[in-house]
Amino acid sequence: MPVEVILPKVDMDMATGQISRWFVEEGAVVKKGDVLFEIETDKAAMEIDAPASGTIRDITGREGVDIPVGEAVAWIYEAGESVGAAGKNKAPIPARVGEMSPKATEGGAVPPAPQVETEGQTGNGGRLALPPSALPSADGGAGISPTRGEMNQAPSVRATPLARRIAREGGIDIAAVTGSGPYGRVVKADVEKAAAAAPSLPLAGRVSAEPTGGGGSASPSSQASPPPSALPGEIGQSSETASSSPPPPGPSGHPPRKGEGEEALKLFAEGSYELIPHDNMRKTIARRLVEAKSTIPHFYLTLDCELDALLALRAQLNAAAPVTKTEKGEVPAYKLSVNDLIIKAMALALRDVPTANVSWTETAMVQHRHADVGVAVSIPGGLITPIVRKADEKTLSVISNEMKDMAARARNKKLKPEEYQGGTTAVSNLGMFGIKDFSAVINPPHATILAVGAGEERAVVRNGEVKIATMMSVTLSTDHRAVDGALGAELLVAFKRHVENPMGMLV
Amino acid sequence: MDAMVRELSYAQAIQEAMALAMEADERVFLMGEDIGVYGGAFQVTGDLVERFGAERVMDTPISELGGAGVAVGAAMTGMRPVFEFQFSDFATLAMEQIVNQAAKMRFMLGGEVSVPLVMRFPAGSGTGAAAQHSQSLEAWLGHVPGLKVIQPATPHDAKGMLLAAIEDPDPVMIFEHKLLYKMKGPVPEGHYTVPIGKAEIRREGRDLTIVATSIMVHKALEAAETLEAEGIDVEVVDLRTIRPMDKATIIESVKKTSRLLCVYEAVKTLGIGAEVSAMIAESEAFDYLDAPVVRLGGAETPIPYNPELEKATVPQVPDIIAAARGLVQGTR
Amino acid sequence: MAAPKRAQPEAAVRANLPFIYREYSPEQLRQVLHKMYLIRRFEEGAEECYMRGLIHGTMHLSIGQEASAMGICMPLAEHDQITSTHRGHGHCIAKGAEVKKMFAEFFGKTTGYCKGRGGSMHIADVAKGNLGANGIVAGGIPIAVGAALSAKRMKTGKVVVSFFGDGANNEGAFHEALNMASVWKLPVIFVCENNGYGMSTSTERSTAVKNIAERAAAYSMPGVIVNGNIFSEVAEASHRAVERARAGEGPTLIESKTYRHRGHSKSDRNRYRTKEEIEDWMSNRDPITLFENELQEFGIIDREGVEAIREAVAREIAEGIQFAKDSPSPDVRDVENYVYTEPA
Repeated sequence: MPVEVILPKVDMDMATGQISRWFVEEGAVVKKGDVLFEIETDKAAMEIDAPASGTIRDITGREGVDIPVGEAVAWIYEAGESVGAAGKNKAPIPARVGEMSPKATEGGAVPPAPQVETEGQTGNGGRLALPPSALPSADGGAGISPTRGEMNQAPSVRATPLARRIAREGGIDIAAVTGSGPYGRVVKADVEKAAAAAPSLPLAGRVSAEPTGGGGSASPSSQASPPPSALPGEIGQSSETASSSPPPPGPSGHPPRKGEGEEALKLFAEGSYELIPHDNMRKTIARRLVEAKSTIPHFYLTLDCELDALLALRAQLNAAAPVTKTEKGEVPAYKLSVNDLIIKAMALALRDVPTANVSWTETAMVQHRHADVGVAVSIPGGLITPIVRKADEKTLSVISNEMKDMAARARNKKLKPEEYQGGTTAVSNLGMFGIKDFSAVINPPHATILAVGAGEERAVVRNGEVKIATMMSVTLSTDHRAVDGALGAELLVAFKRHVENPMGMLV
Repeated sequence: MDAMVRELSYAQAIQEAMALAMEADERVFLMGEDIGVYGGAFQVTGDLVERFGAERVMDTPISELGGAGVAVGAAMTGMRPVFEFQFSDFATLAMEQIVNQAAKMRFMLGGEVSVPLVMRFPAGSGTGAAAQHSQSLEAWLGHVPGLKVIQPATPHDAKGMLLAAIEDPDPVMIFEHKLLYKMKGPVPEGHYTVPIGKAEIRREGRDLTIVATSIMVHKALEAAETLEAEGIDVEVVDLRTIRPMDKATIIESVKKTSRLLCVYEAVKTLGIGAEVSAMIAESEAFDYLDAPVVRLGGAETPIPYNPELEKATVPQVPDIIAAARGLVQGTR
Repeated sequence: MAAPKRAQPEAAVRANLPFIYREYSPEQLRQVLHKMYLIRRFEEGAEECYMRGLIHGTMHLSIGQEASAMGICMPLAEHDQITSTHRGHGHCIAKGAEVKKMFAEFFGKTTGYCKGRGGSMHIADVAKGNLGANGIVAGGIPIAVGAALSAKRMKTGKVVVSFFGDGANNEGAFHEALNMASVWKLPVIFVCENNGYGMSTSTERSTAVKNIAERAAAYSMPGVIVNGNIFSEVAEASHRAVERARAGEGPTLIESKTYRHRGHSKSDRNRYRTKEEIEDWMSNRDPITLFENELQEFGIIDREGVEAIREAVAREIAEGIQFAKDSPSPDVRDVENYVYTEPA
């Protein structure tokens, strides 16, 4: 029986995906584990390998087209197997899911799709990666993810026929609509709300989808909760209102209505511009930031930190790094950046003020046991936020090396979803551009994000005397639902203490 | 010129229809158990025997099967019998003649005969008559091609539909809820007909369609009053005919309201509600549904004797209100 | 060689002749023989077509019962009506049906009596007064009573005959119908063709009374027993019953004792009767042989006459089968026709 090659789910909240490139052609002979094609997701390009050995036939999954998760894109025939048997003997998808499970990936060079099981363990993001006891969930934590996984698949969306029809006619991806009905059922009103909320983005068939009814499956009482609780647990990116602003919200804070895209074009002479279609990352950035900015009540706290002690310590530590000899010459075991120290300082501040190391959900405050710090990394066409897990426990050298590795892979779109989803806070540093001070947009499920400006020599007054010190302004954006003003201040003061007394970060 | 309209009871309306038909057409006659001087178990034929004589208001022996067969034979050979079952439950004794003969005769004979037969079935619970005198078996007969099955809900319709039934060339089964017999309503004088196969919208609304039959139409209307006070705008469709069903009216209503509740007294399972629901699911109205279709029917039990139990076995106004509320508020 | 013609009997002699020779002309009686052959050959032809796969479903043959069908229908006028049974081919022909339209029905063709919708078990000829064979045992009995009620109410003068078998006499409908017919004194004749077996169960095992005609007493009507294989006996009983009915005196129950040569239906393995029993009925009591011999004895027909009938019947049957074969089948798109009366 031919083995089905499906478009696997490689990202949580993924209902469809696009094959960006096939590496094999019709009739090619492949070995199990050979790379067949690449999927472009919001954040990463994933290489998908052959589930079996044989000849590739019936390649139906075209490049650059949205394909529902789980749909067959090709078949692999054993030698001597008659072509065309595939239609009659479609391998059941569950079997394929099993093959794609982590066990099968261990030996493989290319990380295949994390499936339902993996999500539960790793990549669910802050909210859903909680220990079962942390949420008043009817089913245990283990039960949450599969439900979400199923509901994300288009065929399993629970929706009324009317809701489906309106979505179909309006070009709205029903899988992306949060259902307010029983069991998360999408009803007419939900689609209408979604249509009203949707900007001019082409919604139907986009790669990433919100977890339909995700709120319901995570906690029963949040069934009717508004979009915030239904935000995907993935980490998107930090963004700077100063430099790269998302599409401006409408006057009421809502995103632009449908049709405004065309309206905007009318303001420019034809031929005076070039239309660059959004890629998935752009769409996701836009969508998540609109959601974050329109649903999270932000407030901002700014503080100046003196950096001299930190810079001195950094120089000392880097000088003391052991050196290994390689082909490329002598390579130190680590080379700490200021940012690495800031990551550590932020993590320790959250350890010191645990009530600020939280995520907001409708039903409960999620207080995290570790500080997982996301770090905004600019990449071509957008940005991504890899997470330094348990940064509060990690040494500076570990943090530093991890960041270097992840930043490099981020630029090549090789990050695994579990490396950029979740986290408990984030750091965005624009100091290298000389930016003095800015405010960042919070990435749910975080409750805070630290915007870091440039370190610069400033005249400061100390004990009635003007002195020169290296100063750095930081601004903490805070989700007021989770962290109040005084608590945010306490956190920021703790951060400053660590920055200005950096030796404490070594113990 | 409008005919005079008076208040008549449902039973009087039926009696008037039968009298008019007999006056107008020599071939029309009534058959049944104790319909002569006794006036019928529910006094529907009343004193018609005095006006039309025992030959046209014929008491039969207690022979439902034979009596039904005689009616079929008479209908096939030029008469227009109106056969009364004393209780619809007793029609089970006559199923052979109704289902195998009356319904199929025209078909089996390639259209060579018609069976212009009317059978009347006093049906339903609420009289304390317990399990063998309280059933609602209309769906049984609604399942048989060749029969037409109607359930008028008002005195006006009872008269008009019975006249239409008597004039119809095919066998028409008319189910009359016993609790409706005393209900009064406006009934025009003289001859008029209400078409078989046409539902009636009793109340227009935007939020929910209730398709109800017979006495449930009134319960649905009562429920609609209460729901209106809550801001729920209910459309009540009186199905009136269960075969042939007026699909178009129901489809249009559901397309308008996006929600459907079926209310009928007969046992819920495999009944009219199942048919209406499935019909909607198969129709263009499916794509307009914004909530599951809900059926409210009788309990899966025989009708009990105890009055409280008896009430509990069939849908009551509060049940309809609760179901409608659930549908419109999105809790079911 | 033709049988020697007898001298015209004297009036006194004539009075002693069997009923039919007093009542009917020789030509009429030759017609009876013709029709009995027609019934026999029709059923044999149908049986053959069935076995060749030209007819589907099943069929119930009345071969051996021809005198009963012919005798009962002999005194009926064309407008008189009958209800028939699953074993009803003989009744249909006896009441005047054309065999070609019957064959066409058996072949499921639009030219059949029921336009291919009824088949053998619902064969009818409403124009000739046959209100239809019936697949339900005793199903036609109350219907006949209803038809008789119509006749009485509308004063049409019609008489209605209800044919049924011995099996039907144990159905409730039989008793209810006989009772009502008697109570209302309706012009109906109940004809029980007792062929000894309701499918496999003999009347001895199924029926409490020795003779089904005895049931008549319970409904206060005459009960008459006749030898169903002797045309004259059957015709005489029917004649009396028709007279009584037309006079408004009410119904009669005639028990016509006969035998079917074939099994109950085409799937009968014949486990309940002995070969000897069947052989005896076929060789010694065949109604056609008996009648034919009698006609020859009375000089009403000779060998050539019989041969001419046989040949004419054979032609008629062959033509009928050809007609059926050549006739069009119904259009599947018309499957829902005749469920309800088409709007005028």
